[in-house]
Amino acid sequence: MGNYMGESIKRREDPRFIQGKGKYVANLHIPNMAHVAILRSPYAHARIRSINTDAAKALDGVIAVYTGQELIDGGVGKLPCGWNVPDIKVPDRWPLMVDRVRHVGDSVVAVVAESPYIAYDALELIEVDYEPLPVVIDARKTTEPGVPLVHDEIPDNISYAWALGNKDETEQAFASAEHVVELELINQRLIPNAMEPRAAVAQWDAYTEEMTLWTTSQNPHPIRLLLSAFTLGIPEQKLRVISPDVGGGFGSKIFHYPEEVIVPWIAREINRPVKWVCSRSESYLTDSHGRDHVTVARLALKKDGTFTGLHVQTWSNQGAYLSTFAPLIPTALYITLLSGLYKIPAIWGEMWGTLTNTVPVDAYRGAGRPEASYLVERLVDIAAQELGMDPVELRRKNFIPADEFPYQTPVAFLYDSGDYHRLFDKALGMFGYDALRESQKAAREQGRLVGIGVAGCIEASGPAPSQVAGALGAAVGFWESAVIRVHPTGKATVLTGSHSHGQGHETTFAQVVADQLGMDINDVEIVHGDTGRVPFGMGTYGSRSGCVGGSALVRAAEKVRAKAIKIAAHQMEAAEEDIVYDRTTGKLHVKGSPAHAKGFAEIAFAAYTAHNLPAGLEPGLEESAFYDPANFTFPNSCHISQVEIDRETGEVHIQHYTAVDDVGNVINPLVVEGQILGGIVQGIGQALTEAAVYDEAGQLLSGSMMDYAVPKAMLFPMFDVDRTVTPSPHNPLGVKGAGEMGTIAATVAIANAVMDALAPLGIRHLEMPLTASKLWHAIQGASGGNGMQATNETPLGGRDEPGDPANWPERQILSD
Amino acid sequence: MYPAKFDYYQATSVDEVLSLLQQHGEDAKILAGGHSLIPMMKLRLASPAVLVDIGQVADLRGFSTVADGSLRIGAMTTYHEIADANTGLDALTEVCSIMGDLQVRNRGTIGGNLSHNDPAADLPAVALALDAQLEIRGPSGERLAPMEEFIVGLMETALAPGDLVVAVRFPPSGPASGSAYEKFENPASGYAICGVAAWVRRDGTGRIESCRVALTGAADYAQRLRPVEEAMMGQQAGSEGIDAAAAKAGEGLQFLSDIHADDVYRAHLTHVLTRRVLQKAIERAQ
Repeated sequence: MGNYMGESIKRREDPRFIQGKGKYVANLHIPNMAHVAILRSPYAHARIRSINTDAAKALDGVIAVYTGQELIDGGVGKLPCGWNVPDIKVPDRWPLMVDRVRHVGDSVVAVVAESPYIAYDALELIEVDYEPLPVVIDARKTTEPGVPLVHDEIPDNISYAWALGNKDETEQAFASAEHVVELELINQRLIPNAMEPRAAVAQWDAYTEEMTLWTTSQNPHPIRLLLSAFTLGIPEQKLRVISPDVGGGFGSKIFHYPEEVIVPWIAREINRPVKWVCSRSESYLTDSHGRDHVTVARLALKKDGTFTGLHVQTWSNQGAYLSTFAPLIPTALYITLLSGLYKIPAIWGEMWGTLTNTVPVDAYRGAGRPEASYLVERLVDIAAQELGMDPVELRRKNFIPADEFPYQTPVAFLYDSGDYHRLFDKALGMFGYDALRESQKAAREQGRLVGIGVAGCIEASGPAPSQVAGALGAAVGFWESAVIRVHPTGKATVLTGSHSHGQGHETTFAQVVADQLGMDINDVEIVHGDTGRVPFGMGTYGSRSGCVGGSALVRAAEKVRAKAIKIAAHQMEAAEEDIVYDRTTGKLHVKGSPAHAKGFAEIAFAAYTAHNLPAGLEPGLEESAFYDPANFTFPNSCHISQVEIDRETGEVHIQHYTAVDDVGNVINPLVVEGQILGGIVQGIGQALTEAAVYDEAGQLLSGSMMDYAVPKAMLFPMFDVDRTVTPSPHNPLGVKGAGEMGTIAATVAIANAVMDALAPLGIRHLEMPLTASKLWHAIQGASGGNGMQATNETPLGGRDEPGDPANWPERQILSD
Repeated sequence: MYPAKFDYYQATSVDEVLSLLQQHGEDAKILAGGHSLIPMMKLRLASPAVLVDIGQVADLRGFSTVADGSLRIGAMTTYHEIADANTGLDALTEVCSIMGDLQVRNRGTIGGNLSHNDPAADLPAVALALDAQLEIRGPSGERLAPMEEFIVGLMETALAPGDLVVAVRFPPSGPASGSAYEKFENPASGYAICGVAAWVRRDGTGRIESCRVALTGAADYAQRLRPVEEAMMGQQAGSEGIDAAAAKAGEGLQFLSDIHADDVYRAHLTHVLTRRVLQKAIERAQ
């Protein structure tokens, strides 16, 4: 009973996942179900002259074939953008495009057939006459003269511009700076690769006019809202959206996708259940991508290392359209984090959201915050190098001291709590920093390329106070709901608006509720992901479930306890203030008489029999709460790594890795450690192996797992992971987000180590991913080598030679 | 993804396979482990009208020794079975232990791999270095093809229409010999960006008296590195001559370039891996 906070309880959902018994959208089989396949553009940019679907329609087993115009005539709406910064120009995006396609993979025609085999056969019979148009891929080149417009009505391919900070003070800081560090860097485009590809199933009841949509979403309620209000027009009370077990998202399943409109629209049109399952190849071309920034940054310092100003200009590649929350990521989740862990009195951040002929970009694990941390922590490392200081010493010199929290940065955020010196003390001690710096010296004398990388990172998690979000451009609120339905037998069904797609809510949320009410955890069932069962919710992203969803549970539990106390006081003939609710036992008694206690189940039963309730008290024991956070929470971390580069091949070997994270109080350490470890390997993926690579024609060359390198276990050492705790002062659990910190810190912890290893060769900065090929070329160039340099270099350090018979088709095929 | 329609035959003998191939001609494709063909079909890059599944042909599996002492491995023997067997061929055991992942090693077959002749596959380099011969049956009867003649070009082999690789033969490594395989893998696919296999034999004084070195992944198709082999003759273990020999690895070769590695880097890797694999093979040749 009770006392579940802080316990490493094994995840209750795992037995069904481990045994392959999870219920995913693709597992759904409904009698008489038809299957949808989507024809996608092979061109990055083209005008559609004509579409001939006659042969496809004539194929045996094809039920119908629909073009974009038919969907529009049938009432579908444009996919909306849910984050509107001032003066934003939102390009039109239809579920199926009508007269122009703007990225490879853009959807053009939908086929529905008796089987998926027939549907894919039919795709091959559709003739689309495309007139290819010139393309623009690179965010830096969108405004150059002669560059094509992705959308004719949006000049210079700039959808919006945004800036934040104290501009005048920043200019003054640079005017009086004793040292300025300048760096141009790229945060490369990544592809999310959730283990389960997206899928949708829709069932229409023609008699009740009710639609049920099962979709792989991180937030089914907002999806229902968008479907009702913008894209499908079925009223909310007639539309049920269910996100059952979902196999990972990393952000990519937050957004409202075309297929979520197409599939239910067809189900209603043909009055049959309809299913669509994305292939992995389609995932690469249609799931929103992440990151993709080009940045020029300058840090102003005093000679002693004190930071005095930071100026950042970023070109953010938004892709061909604005995905649902795209403008949020490089604005309110990026520029707001540029202060890092440091006191920087003047910061001016500017950014431009540019449109290109690429897959739309939106939130991907970390979302804006890894870009900010990477930038700040690279700058700090280079500053340390230029000033001849130890990178740890320079960081410590500029930390926000523990006694200055809450701390107001010049870029809007009010940091809630932290103790960065204690955080670093712990991490440096675990890592053995001083001793490893000594042995690094010895290794360098032998000519070995050994590097140590330090990263101190900040995150804003748990979006957000709704009022602040509204002021920053949100079209929705960011509170969370909870319902605790106590049954007459004293067991509870808990409805949460958060959604678990790997986070483990069925365990951690049950811990919170059982702890709050003094129940056995096995008597608590968590329900999520179904608009038909959960009143409303904002879903899961931005590491918000614990701090916002969990806090809503606490608020609802407080109401349950209050009512239970009322009933107990009445039945025990005592004053309410004299009733003790013992959360460790789940029993209620009159102060001083613990022997005469009533169990929670007894009270619950009494609430439902209603034979003996206080006058005016309603029967039943069910309470709901809507929790709107007072602030973001600000998790912070210190990750340190040591790498050695094989001079002969350029390979990076990670030798040591220590991670200390402050995520506030911890509900379940096992789950948090899993989040941190998963985050670290994903972050290292960006540093060393992952990149979306487009050729000049806009073809995605890294369009499969044969060419997009999700890191493998062999790359990693054992990780040394621990925590410090500064509880968040403003939420009732004292928790901070834990889902993204690992990803945010790991990327730059590794990048800094690699660059430290190369520092003796005079190499200042290389762009990620730091592949063996790229490092080897850099080493050759730096040491005079043999003068061999790559030309037409790709982000992976190889060369893209489209005309060369470099067996691309053969190499790409082995993906599924 | 969903492949186009095809007819499926499950053969139970080599004769049946050959007659099905004869009957369906160009329309037919042989299905062995399926790790290359099935993905191609699912992506509709290959749409054979007929699949002849040879997975149930018992004669195509397992190990035996032929008259000249060579080890004969049935074409449908999996990588895992080979890695697990005591073949006495270090490079073969090594390559069959590291190719792909567990699932691939449990399904992928030696005959399927060599017939497919992927330019980045590991096995062709090892088969070349170990002087393997392919036992082929077809409309014109039975023949033996040395690995070097079998590989004709990029994804091209000496197999004629209706031919089936039934086994692969490896001569015994012999006394005072050793072999090894070194690979730099594509971090995404796991295929070789560059892979080098070597076999060496030492004479009574410890000098190299015979040597075969082969490259995969870095050029259009797997091939022997003759300039290296020639330069290795008479070299002692640990001598600087080994690096000089390895430096000849790129002679006369056109290296591939792609997004992962350009030709310059592949040429360099070829040199480095050739030296490393030679050192390893020599150490094993005790």
